[in-house]
Amino acid sequence: MLGYLAAKTSKLILSTSTTLITTNDPVKIAEDYAMLQHVSDGRMDLILGRGNTGPVYPWFGQDIRQGIPLAIEHYALLHKLWREEVVNWSGKFRTPLQGFTATPRPLDDVPPFVWHGSIRSPEIAEQAAFYGDGFFANNIFWPKEHYMQLIGFYRQRFEHYGHGTAEQAIVGLGGQAFMRKNSQDAVDEFRPYFDQAPVYGNGPSLEDFTEQTPLTVGSPQQVIDRYAAMRDHFGDYQRQLFLMDHAGLPLKTVLEQLDLLGEEVVPVLRKELEKNRPASVPDAPTHESLVAKRDAERAAQLAPAAV
Amino acid sequence: MTTRTIAVVSGGLSKPSSTRMLADRLAEATASRLRETGDDVTVEVVELRELAQDITNNLLTGFPSGRLAAAIDKVTSADGLIAVTPIFSTSYSGLFKSFFDVLEPGSIAEQPVLLAATGGTSRHSLAIDYAMRPLFAYLHAAVTATGVFAATDDWGEVDDAVKPLPERIDRAAAEFAEGIRRSTRSSTLRDPFALPSGFDPTGVGGVQ
Repeated sequence: MLGYLAAKTSKLILSTSTTLITTNDPVKIAEDYAMLQHVSDGRMDLILGRGNTGPVYPWFGQDIRQGIPLAIEHYALLHKLWREEVVNWSGKFRTPLQGFTATPRPLDDVPPFVWHGSIRSPEIAEQAAFYGDGFFANNIFWPKEHYMQLIGFYRQRFEHYGHGTAEQAIVGLGGQAFMRKNSQDAVDEFRPYFDQAPVYGNGPSLEDFTEQTPLTVGSPQQVIDRYAAMRDHFGDYQRQLFLMDHAGLPLKTVLEQLDLLGEEVVPVLRKELEKNRPASVPDAPTHESLVAKRDAERAAQLAPAAV
Repeated sequence: MTTRTIAVVSGGLSKPSSTRMLADRLAEATASRLRETGDDVTVEVVELRELAQDITNNLLTGFPSGRLAAAIDKVTSADGLIAVTPIFSTSYSGLFKSFFDVLEPGSIAEQPVLLAATGGTSRHSLAIDYAMRPLFAYLHAAVTATGVFAATDDWGEVDDAVKPLPERIDRAAAEFAEGIRRSTRSSTLRDPFALPSGFDPTGVGGVQ
């Protein structure tokens, strides 16, 4: 589907939220997303997640109790397949590989940028920090304080592993909003869906839940204000995703919400998040920036020999 | 002089409640035992009835509201915990169990705990041992050997009783206070982001 979207679009960055690294074969992920990289001219990256639904794992011959070891081992293999042309490998969860080459090779020999998504596992934050990859905290359904701690841990470990300062770590956040021009209309329209939704339905009131978690129900300006303030809590960060189709909203409503998000919220939010942002804080890596970085590193290595 | 904090969780539903009365008696007895040896004692009471909706919401959403989080913090950071429930249908009440269900795993591990319960008749007194004790063993709490059960008639005439309620309270309080004095749990730092020992971000399998 992302291949189709790549063909139909020219500027959008295509990503996944999330690709299950536990129940998918890392060889298949390596080949599928390298292919997408070529098809989209590098306009893509990948968000990996474990999946927290126990019954799903056995469908793919796996066991949720092995979730973390699966994520660690599968990603170690994926990382290798994109960086080494010929791979010999054996592990606990997948049949061994002898002299295997994943094809196509990554575009310009630069692997896609990877984010590791997690709700509560320090192991995954540690993994993201170790590789210098991005870390994505879903930041929905729970209070932001929880995610602030997890992201603080990731930033500290990113610096520990020598990828840059804690402020330079690559952080992504989720969010959730429902908007109408008048905030009371938004509350009135969303409440029946809220009250019956998965996760929070039949529990706390809409008022309590919007106060306690990043869910924002109101006018576009209220959404802008709430999310422009996120960096006061999390530090300057690189990507903001929004959950727009939860709670059984009809397709027509979801499409209206996307229009409001794209037309009224995102352009203003981008400007707000740029304000007073230190020059040392990088943008989220793109294919172009990763190619440039690789070329600069190669040039630096060659430079002493050339003199 | 050491300052000790005792948390009291009371699952009583009525007001006044005999469960809360028993909890208060146990807290007073423990506090006076600790004061005898020169400790300063603070008692923090958590009434589960006041948090009933917050506890249910936490079961559904997976996170505590601000006031439930404050109550949980009182309980898990205390030097000792007195847990008292009414016995409903031969076990702890659902509300009492739900409160302990929403605690993070390991959050009362090694905590000195005194168990107590109330019921209509002393024929339910073993519920402390067959229902409450396994729960707190699972939570890895350091449970005091003596538990205290108070039946309706314990609150009345005591003249001809063998081991009347005040005597049982005092015995349990003495054991519990000693457990608190010996415990080093409160001085141990816990890191919520501690990685499992031997964790390697590059792989648990034999990556070559």
